[in-house]
Amino acid sequence: MNLRRLLSIVVKELRQLRRDRLTFAMIVGIPTMQLLLFGYAINLDIRNLDAAVLDQAHSAHSREIITALGETHVMNFKYRLDAPQQLDDLLRAGRISAALVIPPDFERRLTVHDRVPMQIIVDGSDQVTQQAARQLAAMPLAGVLDPGGAANPNQTAGNVEIVNFYNPERLAPVNTVPGLIGVILTMTMVLFTAMAIVRERERGNLEFLIATPVSPGELTIGKVLPFVGIGLIQTTVVLLLGTLIFHVPIRGTLLDVYLSALVFIIASLSLGVFISTLAQTQFQSMQIAFFTFLPQILLSGFMFPFAGMPRAAQWLAEILPMTHFIRLIRGIMLRGAGMRDLWPELAALGAFTVVVLSVAIARTRKRLD
Amino acid sequence: MPPAHNGAGGELAIRARALTKRFGDVVAVDNVDLNVARAQVYGFLGPNGSGKSTTIRMLCGLLLPTSGDIEVLGYRIPEQAELLKRRIGYMTQKFSLYDDLTVYENLDFVSAVHEFDRPRARRRIDELLDRYWLGDMRKRLAATLSGGQKQRLALAASVLHEPDLLLLDEPTSAVDPQSRREFWDSLFDLVDAGTTILVSTHYMDEAERCHRLAILDHGRLVADGSPQELMAQLPGKALLVESGSVRQAQAALEGFPGVIAMAQIGAHLRVLADGGATRERIAAKLHEAGIEAQVAETAPNLEDVFVAATRRPERDAAAKAARA
Repeated sequence: MNLRRLLSIVVKELRQLRRDRLTFAMIVGIPTMQLLLFGYAINLDIRNLDAAVLDQAHSAHSREIITALGETHVMNFKYRLDAPQQLDDLLRAGRISAALVIPPDFERRLTVHDRVPMQIIVDGSDQVTQQAARQLAAMPLAGVLDPGGAANPNQTAGNVEIVNFYNPERLAPVNTVPGLIGVILTMTMVLFTAMAIVRERERGNLEFLIATPVSPGELTIGKVLPFVGIGLIQTTVVLLLGTLIFHVPIRGTLLDVYLSALVFIIASLSLGVFISTLAQTQFQSMQIAFFTFLPQILLSGFMFPFAGMPRAAQWLAEILPMTHFIRLIRGIMLRGAGMRDLWPELAALGAFTVVVLSVAIARTRKRLD
Repeated sequence: MPPAHNGAGGELAIRARALTKRFGDVVAVDNVDLNVARAQVYGFLGPNGSGKSTTIRMLCGLLLPTSGDIEVLGYRIPEQAELLKRRIGYMTQKFSLYDDLTVYENLDFVSAVHEFDRPRARRRIDELLDRYWLGDMRKRLAATLSGGQKQRLALAASVLHEPDLLLLDEPTSAVDPQSRREFWDSLFDLVDAGTTILVSTHYMDEAERCHRLAILDHGRLVADGSPQELMAQLPGKALLVESGSVRQAQAALEGFPGVIAMAQIGAHLRVLADGGATRERIAAKLHEAGIEAQVAETAPNLEDVFVAATRRPERDAAAKAARA
C-alpha cells in the first residue's frame, strides 16, 4: 500500500466526480428530495378519505352522527346517497374509499340494542384505509348513540386512551427521518461504489491500470474513500433539514450519530465493492444493487415493524446492515440511547464489513481472466 | 533477483516457448515460440482474432497462459509479473486513459501511479507534452482530443516511467496516415534510446517498418523473420497481369492450380502463385480464355507474404473437407 498512489487515486476520483454534474447533484439532491417526499407526502395518518353517506333514517340522531364524523376530517362526505346500489358503484369505481350507512330502523336499533345501529363500509383493498376506518368506529359516539346516558360522565371514561410515547403528536417525520438516513446512504453508497468500480472495467481503464504497479487494494480503497466523505455530507444534509423543517429531535449525542453513520457507510461501501466483483457492466451492477435495496428497506424495520415479521424474515433482516443501522439511529436520535446500550448493533455492522470485504478482496484479481 | 541487463546487445527481451491460451474450446494462441531482441521493433502481423492481443496480454501478465513458458526482461511470467510491471509500458487497443480528466491530469495520475515525486513528475510531464506536441492541449479533456492526439497522449502515458519494454496493441487503428507516420517516428526515437517495442498491427506499411515480424494466424505463428527475409523466402512468386479486362482475367484464373491469391490493383491483377503456376502457364491460360494480357514477374511485397502465410491453412482445411 503506497500512500502517494492511494492519494492520487482519491484525487483522480474527486476530479472525475467534479465533472460528473449529475452524480454531483445527486449527492445533495437525493437526500433533500427523499426527505421532503417522506416527510410531507408519505403520511400514514389518514385525512380526508373520500366517502359517501347513505342515510335511510333521516332522523335528528342520524344527522348528528354524520356531522360528528364529518368533523373528524377523517372522512370527507362527498356524496349523499339514496339507494344502496349507488354505493356499490362508487366503491367499485374507486370514487370513494369508505361509506357510512345508517339503516331505516336506526332509531329502533338504538333503543332495542338488538343489532348494530350503523355500518361503515370500507374499501378493503387498502390496508391503511381499513385501519383508519376501524379507528373511526371506535370513536366515542356514546353521547349521540345513547341519549339517555349522555349526562353520565363515566360512560366516556371507559374509552381506551392511546398514549403515544416518543411521538405524541403522531408526526410521521419523527419516525421516518432517522431511518431515512439509512435509506439514502444505502442507495447512494452501494450504488455509487459498485458503479464507480465497474465503470473503470467497462471503459477499459482497468486494462491500462493492471499493467502498472497499482495494487487492487490501493485501487479499491482509493476509489471508495471519497464516498465516505460524500456519505457524511449526505448524513449532515438529512440531519439539518430534518431538524430545521420537521423538528426531528436528536436526543443522543451527535458524536454517536456520526459514528454509527460512518460505520454504516463503510459497511455499505463494502457491499458495493462486493457487487462490483459480480458485475461486468454498470447496468448489471445497478441491477444487483437494486436487488439488495428491497430487502434492506422492507425488512430493516424502516417500513414495517420488525416484530410483526415472520421468523425467517427476521433472521434475514439480522444479516442486513440497514437493520442494525435503523436500530442504532432510532435509538440514538429518538430515545437518547448511547453506545453503551447499542454496541452490539455497531459490532454487527463491523462483522458484516469484515466478512463482505474479505470475500470481495478474495474475488479481486489483478488480471483480465 | 533478476539478472542485471545493460539493455544493449543481442540479449533477448522476450522469450516464449510453446505459449498456449485456451478460452473454453477455443484455442486463441496455439504453441507459439517467440524471441524478441532488445532495442528493436518487433511486429505482430495478423488478421483480427489471430491471437495478437491475447499474446501481448499474456506477455505482460494480464492473462494467465494455459501452458508454456514466458520470460520477459529476465522475469518469469506470470510468477514475477508484478516486478515486470514497473519496467513495461502497455498501450491498449482502445483508449484506456480517463476521458473525463484533462491531458495534464491523466499524466499526473500516471506519474503518481509510478511513484514519481511532485517535482520529478512535473519535469517529466512537461518533457512529454513537448515531445508529443500536446503542450497546447494541457488543459483539454481527453474526451475532446482527436484520434491522433489521444494516441499520442496514450503513448506519453505508457512511456512516462521510461520502460525498457513497450507493448503496443494495434496503436494506430483509429488514426489518420499522417499521424501514423509521426507515431512511428516517435517509436524509432524510443528504440534509439534503448527501448524494446512489441507492436501489433494489421497495416502492411507498418509491418514493413519493423526490425522483425511475426505473422499470426488462428493463434499460430506462421512466419517469423525480418520483412526482407520473409519476402525473400516467399515460397511462390508474385506476378503482375496487365490487361484491358482485369476482371475477366481474374475470373479465368479462379481455381487455376498453383494460384494462391489474386487481387486487383487498379488496372493490374496481382497474382500470387507457387511452383505449379509459372508465368508462361498463366499467360497460356489467359490466351486460351481469349483474354489479351501481359504477364510479368514482380518483386514480392509483404502483403504477398502475409497472404501466402495466412491463406494456406484455410485452403488445406477446405481441401480436407472436400475430400472427406
